[in-house]
Amino acid sequence: MIDTHRAATGGSAAIASLRRIWGLVYRHIALYRRSWPRLLELAYWPVLNMCIWGFTASFLTGRLGNAAMLAGAAIMGGVLLWEVTLRGQMGMAIGFLEEVWSRNLGHVFVSPLRPWELIAALLVLSILRMLAGVVPAALLAIWLFAFNLFDLGPILVLFAMNMIAMGWWVALGVVSLILRHGSGAEPLAWGVLFGLAPFSAVFYPVSVLPAAVQPIALALPAAHVFEGMRGILLDGTVAYGHLAAATGLNILWLGAASALFAYQFHQARVRGALLSIGE
Amino acid sequence: MDAITVTDLTKRYDKVLAVDAIAFAAPRGATIGLLGGNGAGKTTTIAMLLGLLLPTAGHIRVLGHDMAKDRFAALARMNFSSPYIALPARLTVEENLRVYGHLYNVERMDRRIAELAEELDLGALLDRPAGQLSAGQKTRVALAKALINTPDVLLLDEPTASLDPDTGDLVRTWLERYRTRTGCTILLASHNMAEVERMCSLVLMMKQGRIVDRGSPDELLARYGRDDMEEVFLDIARDRKHAGPAR
Repeated sequence: MIDTHRAATGGSAAIASLRRIWGLVYRHIALYRRSWPRLLELAYWPVLNMCIWGFTASFLTGRLGNAAMLAGAAIMGGVLLWEVTLRGQMGMAIGFLEEVWSRNLGHVFVSPLRPWELIAALLVLSILRMLAGVVPAALLAIWLFAFNLFDLGPILVLFAMNMIAMGWWVALGVVSLILRHGSGAEPLAWGVLFGLAPFSAVFYPVSVLPAAVQPIALALPAAHVFEGMRGILLDGTVAYGHLAAATGLNILWLGAASALFAYQFHQARVRGALLSIGE
Repeated sequence: MDAITVTDLTKRYDKVLAVDAIAFAAPRGATIGLLGGNGAGKTTTIAMLLGLLLPTAGHIRVLGHDMAKDRFAALARMNFSSPYIALPARLTVEENLRVYGHLYNVERMDRRIAELAEELDLGALLDRPAGQLSAGQKTRVALAKALINTPDVLLLDEPTASLDPDTGDLVRTWLERYRTRTGCTILLASHNMAEVERMCSLVLMMKQGRIVDRGSPDELLARYGRDDMEEVFLDIARDRKHAGPAR
């Protein structure tokens, strides 16, 4: 009699793991496909940002000529790559918050879903949200401003991977703080990256920053990516050193954020916060 | 072999002792009632059994698995329902069941959902968002979610709360039939004394984090010299000196 369940569940451990990850991804796809405000929100801010900065760059190019055109390209490239980080971070943090808001975490965590599978599902959601936001903005930039980010070539993939990886470790930090402080930490899901933006050298080189804060900028992968991007756009040279630095820093930060998440998840189980986190 | 074995289980939050060195065993195929007033430690005990909460001390084994070391193997064969934990409100009932079907790696999911829909009378609700259901319908859907993986151990926190007497009776009958058919072990926290009396073969009476008495409903009724479990509950909750427990 006890064997009844074995007829109902089965498969290898790897397939079971993939199904659990897909289960959480499916939950969010099911949510988004019938909520047009949620779908609209995915592309709204990236497209809006692209419009504002694209028209600004067009205006400057018209008034100041060729030098401003290059600066405009750097600005639009900055907008798009920064959106990769921002949408990636929000995709992951909001994916977790959706479980908190629906008071569903208790059900999720009494299932056989491993914490790393939860993170894997959130990473998939983050990529989907990022693509839904950045691709329309990138296409708009080609159409309205004749700026094609894909002209950067294959290295764009490496830049984008580094940018979304930065979004992931920031989001892991935010999720860890939500596990620790509950709903009180929710605003960080929207605001935390804006706090890092001034140090990320999105629109200006690190050298513009005061000497005292330059080490902060250089500790962030984004600053290296944007330095690299500007190098290609302005000088036509690929700064592999910056790319390597961004990758190395992302590995370090991801390791630290994962350790923080593991610690806070454990502490949440000590405090019983997994049942009451939405309250 | 017991489905659940709990030894010296303790949970302390700073200065508050929520669960105080409790011990019990749930034989396979039995329905165990966990009774006690608010704050007695029932929910804390269930949360520790589910691995949501780490004990301060003690051990839990479920279906032979040590919950401290191997909880995911046990969780795949367990499930849980509580009216106090929601399902995503914007997803339809069927989508919710599919999500949990994937999380529990249920094969032949369409068939399993169809079975549950028929048995729990959910057919007309499958396409409706979970958030638009009445309290009673939500309870039935939560129960369907709890049975999606045909669990060997089922933890139920007030499974018939918010149900009208007729639906409550149907659910109880269905749970008893499910237990008889599958050999599932059920741990039931409830404030419905008639439900406990009807369903449980063993009742654990909790107060201030401790199990203060235990026995079958008939044994407890005889021990306290009462006609129904509600009176027994009040005797224990209010420290009334009636026949008194034999510890």
